[in-house]
Amino acid sequence: MMEQIPVEQSLLLAALLFGIGLVGVLIRKNMILMMMSVEIMLNAAGMAFIIAGSRWAQPDGQVMFIFILTMAAAEVAVGLALILKLFHLQKSIDADEMTQMNDITEASESN
Amino acid sequence: MMRYLWLVPVMPLLGFLVLAFFGRNLRKSIITLIGTGTVGLSALLVILIGIEFLTSPPAGNAFTLKLWTWMSSGGLSPSIAFYLDGLSLAFIFVVTFVGFLIHVYSSEYMRDDEGFARFLAFMNLFVSAMLILVLADNLALMYLGWEGVGLCSFLLIGFWYKESANAAAARKAFIVTRVGDTAMALGLFLLITEFNTLDIRSILETAPAHWTPGSAKVVWIAFLLLGGAVGKSAQLPLQTWLPDAMAGPSPVSALIHAATMVTAGVYLIARNHVVFELAPIAMKTVAIVGASTLLIAGFAAVVQYDIKRVLAYSTISQIGYMFLALGVGAWSAGIFHFMIHAFFKALLFLGAGAVIHALHHEQNIFKMGGLRKEMPVIFWTFLAGSGALAALPLVTAGFYSKDAILWYSWSSEKGSLFLWAAAFLGAFITSIYTFRMVFITFWGKMKTHIHLRPGRAMLIPLVVLAVLSIIGGFLETPHNLGHITLFSGMLSGVLPEVHILHSGAESTELILQVLTALTGFFGIYLAWHFWMKKPGFLFRLKQTRAGAALHHWWLTGWGFDWVYDLLIIRPFTWLSNINKNDIVDYISIAPSNLVVWLHNLTRRSQNGNLRWYAAGIALGLIITLTIALFL
Repeated sequence: MMEQIPVEQSLLLAALLFGIGLVGVLIRKNMILMMMSVEIMLNAAGMAFIIAGSRWAQPDGQVMFIFILTMAAAEVAVGLALILKLFHLQKSIDADEMTQMNDITEASESN
Repeated sequence: MMRYLWLVPVMPLLGFLVLAFFGRNLRKSIITLIGTGTVGLSALLVILIGIEFLTSPPAGNAFTLKLWTWMSSGGLSPSIAFYLDGLSLAFIFVVTFVGFLIHVYSSEYMRDDEGFARFLAFMNLFVSAMLILVLADNLALMYLGWEGVGLCSFLLIGFWYKESANAAAARKAFIVTRVGDTAMALGLFLLITEFNTLDIRSILETAPAHWTPGSAKVVWIAFLLLGGAVGKSAQLPLQTWLPDAMAGPSPVSALIHAATMVTAGVYLIARNHVVFELAPIAMKTVAIVGASTLLIAGFAAVVQYDIKRVLAYSTISQIGYMFLALGVGAWSAGIFHFMIHAFFKALLFLGAGAVIHALHHEQNIFKMGGLRKEMPVIFWTFLAGSGALAALPLVTAGFYSKDAILWYSWSSEKGSLFLWAAAFLGAFITSIYTFRMVFITFWGKMKTHIHLRPGRAMLIPLVVLAVLSIIGGFLETPHNLGHITLFSGMLSGVLPEVHILHSGAESTELILQVLTALTGFFGIYLAWHFWMKKPGFLFRLKQTRAGAALHHWWLTGWGFDWVYDLLIIRPFTWLSNINKNDIVDYISIAPSNLVVWLHNLTRRSQNGNLRWYAAGIALGLIITLTIALFL
């Protein structure tokens, strides 16, 4: 009988992964890397499901992970297509350069 | 014939509608025909109805014609119904007959004015509204007519609206009478809460059983109704609008501001006489208001330059006599003076209009003069009217009507020596200012060239009114002079008899009559002496400081305008200046300002930077989780 990893430690690992992903999204400017970080966050969430499924010996956790995996694949497909399109338009994949949809430039004339 | 009573106010209304909608495109002769013809037909109808009413009186000496129910709400259902009795017959006769003469006169007087059709349209509307006022069966319908005549008065004072002074006079008249009208409306509301009806007869029938004399409710109602009467009839303290109302054309002054509309207050009080008799203090107030108004306006008339302002103050003063008569319970004497006054004051205004017309819109009497030989018809008719106004004994109608008021203000149980003395002094002043005006206008040297002479359409109404001003008095004569009571006989079923306190005082009556007659002649002599024979004395008096101050004080109508300016207008404009941006509005403006402020605050967060948004989401999540976990 293999010794069970305590649920606290494995959840801490999932949280750590989620944190790494979040920090990646926040500090990266390259949109492809930002998307990879999002994938990490998704995997962290999926891992939390698996940990919960194993803790209560239920199959639901793994079912959810399959769902998340499928969704992540679809998201990457759509996301990469959008990034490709953006690169054609802007000749760049720097997220900080794409701030056209702001409300700062024509400030404070509304009443 | 009485079935057709509804046609009396409807005819002028039709005239108004036709002239208002098509007057612009009609020829002047057609406009004249419609404008005067409709009122003429009304007058004819009134005369026929009057003959039938007097020869074969209907049951109860009154006739009601109910047309339809006006509205029905919460138990109150005033109807469109006309009520004819002696009192309303006297009023509709004066309104239609004198109104018709004035329409004929104005068909020439106003013919060359560009707003001829508009003028006759408003005049027709006025006649219609005035007829509704006096024929109304209930106070709601009466209030409709009451406001209708107020509207027409406003429209016609400001008829020459291109001059801002005329428009200001119109506004003043409207606003000042509005003060009274508001009081009257409150009185009507109180009556509704008391009786749940506005039907005049049911109120008058149930009132004596409903109230004990002098109880608070009836006193309140009487005073509120008096407020309406005082506003409409230009009595103290709301008399200030009438002298300014002379900005309108002369026929307007004759019809609205002398003969008919300004006596609506007299009608209101006479119509609701039961209410006033139940409130003795209100009756006393009516008499005091009348007595003080007739004196104040009389003194103001003595110093006026403008012929129409002399007549305006004289109108205020004469309506003061009517109020005095009502106040001492001499109801029919007040109504009789109304009718006679309508004849001679319309005549005087029309005569003054003819003079003004002839002298190229000159209204200053000191620039007239010497017109006696030049305009004989106008002179003689004007003299007849002036004689009636000054109550020259025996020959003029004004003597009989005014003598009755003087006698009752002394002998009625509600009368007193003070009221009689005020009326007596008023009669003396009346003869002074009347003949001052006559002497200055018609005697002496000619000062202004006559520029056009009145034609037949202007002279015939003058002659008819002059004849009425002379013979009208024989409808009602005192005990010792024939004792004819045709007029009070007509009113006997409507208005109560006056209660004489000093009974059997025929000798007193004769003494008072002789005294009044003598002072009248003395007043004429004084007018001749001071303004014709030795004008230097008054001139020197005006040079002294006190004389000049007194002259200015009376010229401005005892400074009432100044007082109201100081007490009401200045504080009001001061307050409005403070409240220019409407303080109450801030309640609704504040939320919108707050939203805009918040928007400007938070719009900075929409910087378009994806990573900021992600951080914002993360922060929000953390905050939400923290709250969910720890709170």
